[in-house]
Amino acid sequence: MFTLTPLEIEALHLSLLVSGWAVAASLPLGILCAWVLARLTFPGKTLLDGIIHLPLVLPPVVVGYILLVMLGRRGPVGSLLFDWFGVTLAFTWKGAAIASAVISFPLMVRAIRLSLEGVDRGLEQAARTLGCGPVRTFFTVTLPLVTPGLLTGLILGFARSLSEFGATITFVSNIPGETRTLPIALYALTQVPGGDEAAIRLCVISVMVAFAALLASEILARRVQARMKG
Amino acid sequence: MLELSVKRRQGDFLLDLDLTAGPGVTALFGASGSGKTSAINLVAGLALPDSGRIKIDGRVLYESASGIDVAPEKRRIGYVFQEHRLFPHLSVRSNLTFGWNRVPKAERSVAFDAVVEVLGIAPLLDRRPAGLSGGEKQRVAIGRALLASPRILLMDEPLASLDAGRKAELLPFIADLARRFTIPILYVSHAMDEVLRLADTLVLMANGRAVASGPTEEILSRADLRHLTGHGEAGAVIRATVSHHIDEFGVTALGFSGGTLLTGRVELPPGASVRVRIHARDVALATDAPGRLSVRNVLAGRVLSVTATADHQVDVMLDCGGAVIWSRITALAQSQLCLEPGMNAFALLKAVTVTGGDIAGRP
Repeated sequence: MFTLTPLEIEALHLSLLVSGWAVAASLPLGILCAWVLARLTFPGKTLLDGIIHLPLVLPPVVVGYILLVMLGRRGPVGSLLFDWFGVTLAFTWKGAAIASAVISFPLMVRAIRLSLEGVDRGLEQAARTLGCGPVRTFFTVTLPLVTPGLLTGLILGFARSLSEFGATITFVSNIPGETRTLPIALYALTQVPGGDEAAIRLCVISVMVAFAALLASEILARRVQARMKG
Repeated sequence: MLELSVKRRQGDFLLDLDLTAGPGVTALFGASGSGKTSAINLVAGLALPDSGRIKIDGRVLYESASGIDVAPEKRRIGYVFQEHRLFPHLSVRSNLTFGWNRVPKAERSVAFDAVVEVLGIAPLLDRRPAGLSGGEKQRVAIGRALLASPRILLMDEPLASLDAGRKAELLPFIADLARRFTIPILYVSHAMDEVLRLADTLVLMANGRAVASGPTEEILSRADLRHLTGHGEAGAVIRATVSHHIDEFGVTALGFSGGTLLTGRVELPPGASVRVRIHARDVALATDAPGRLSVRNVLAGRVLSVTATADHQVDVMLDCGGAVIWSRITALAQSQLCLEPGMNAFALLKAVTVTGGDIAGRP
């Protein structure tokens, strides 16, 4: 029987916590960005599109370093956060969640945007003639119709967060119990002699978690599809 | 009562429309691209005029001069689109109550159960739109629009995407609506059979303008509008009443102001009111009462007008006891018979030329 060691449980728990918060916290902003990109035309749209997609093409270490400079205790944003709210992000699991969120953000926005662009605007017009204002129309018609895209975006973001390494280790380092997620724990084990067996066990756990996430998204997406087909 | 007076430029197309739509069904009839759909989108607020005014029951929905532009959701307009546009993520019941729930209880003018019953959609309530046939979807869409208690119901060729069978199935429902729920209907169509069946008032549209409007029979019988009301199918439209059926020969006798008209069998009970279209090409003329003849309808009348058309043809309008019958003959026949306004003549019409599609039951 496969029983987890305390160290593995700690890493798995941290990974799920960090990734869960990363996608949950960035989802509203992701929907907003996707909507802006899919529906509005304004000067500077290409620039915004580029900025949102930047983390996808930058080396994660660069993203992590920028976060450290900006959000570190002495960084321009980090110092304000500390002075005003007493919040420290660098070298904490919250910082890890932010690093994961930034890295996975473009994937999430892309999926939601594609889905939004596929929504029949005629249905939104119909909702308007039936007495729904633009905001209510968005929540009662548009959002339900992009559910498959939302699910895809969430799972993609979650999976990318689980595998986040470069930005995380640069921004929040490798602190047991605080920022040592699965990939970081795995990396640490490969750096010590005789860590092979433990490393392989972490590999298996990572594969299983990722696979479970994909499976869950597939099942959910099918259910949504089935509902729409009556 | 809808009063519309708007201008809107779309590329090099100019919509310049003045029209009113009162109780009953008002049909906007015209070729594709004549601006029919644009017109009702302006009423619904889904598109904006450049200038003008839109009023319903005295309430201003849009007025360029005073800057009034009521949002679509506040206009209380029911819109039935060409493609049903049902919400795929909701059940039929939830689709139906979508607009209904947004209307304050005191302002609901139609009852849920009544709409469900009239449209025959009770068995569909718990299904989803994807599982319905085209006709069923369109019926649900009509119900959804009605339940929003609109001041006017806009219908944009609601039957255009359906096959002939489904269309025949849905026409009676629509014909019933205006009467049952006393909601004015503005009905966009380019199918003459629908207009004949449904419209009390007809507005002819061409190139973004309302060319003519008035009672359907009158507009369809006007020779000067023939180029808009259809070439091959041009002809007079008269009101008649089913008198009796002659079952052994499969024909029906209709009574109208000019006498009796024998037609192909009509599936309506005696006493039913109908509108009959008599194609001008099917009507022959005689200056003397003919003798033994296979033609069953010989209607005595007086020539009202003689108008030459292109292709050496002539349109002759005949007054038969108050009903106007329209005949298309060659210029040769006209000159040899010396047909002139004021002359007495007989219109000859074979019973077999007036069939189901030309006869529509009317309230």
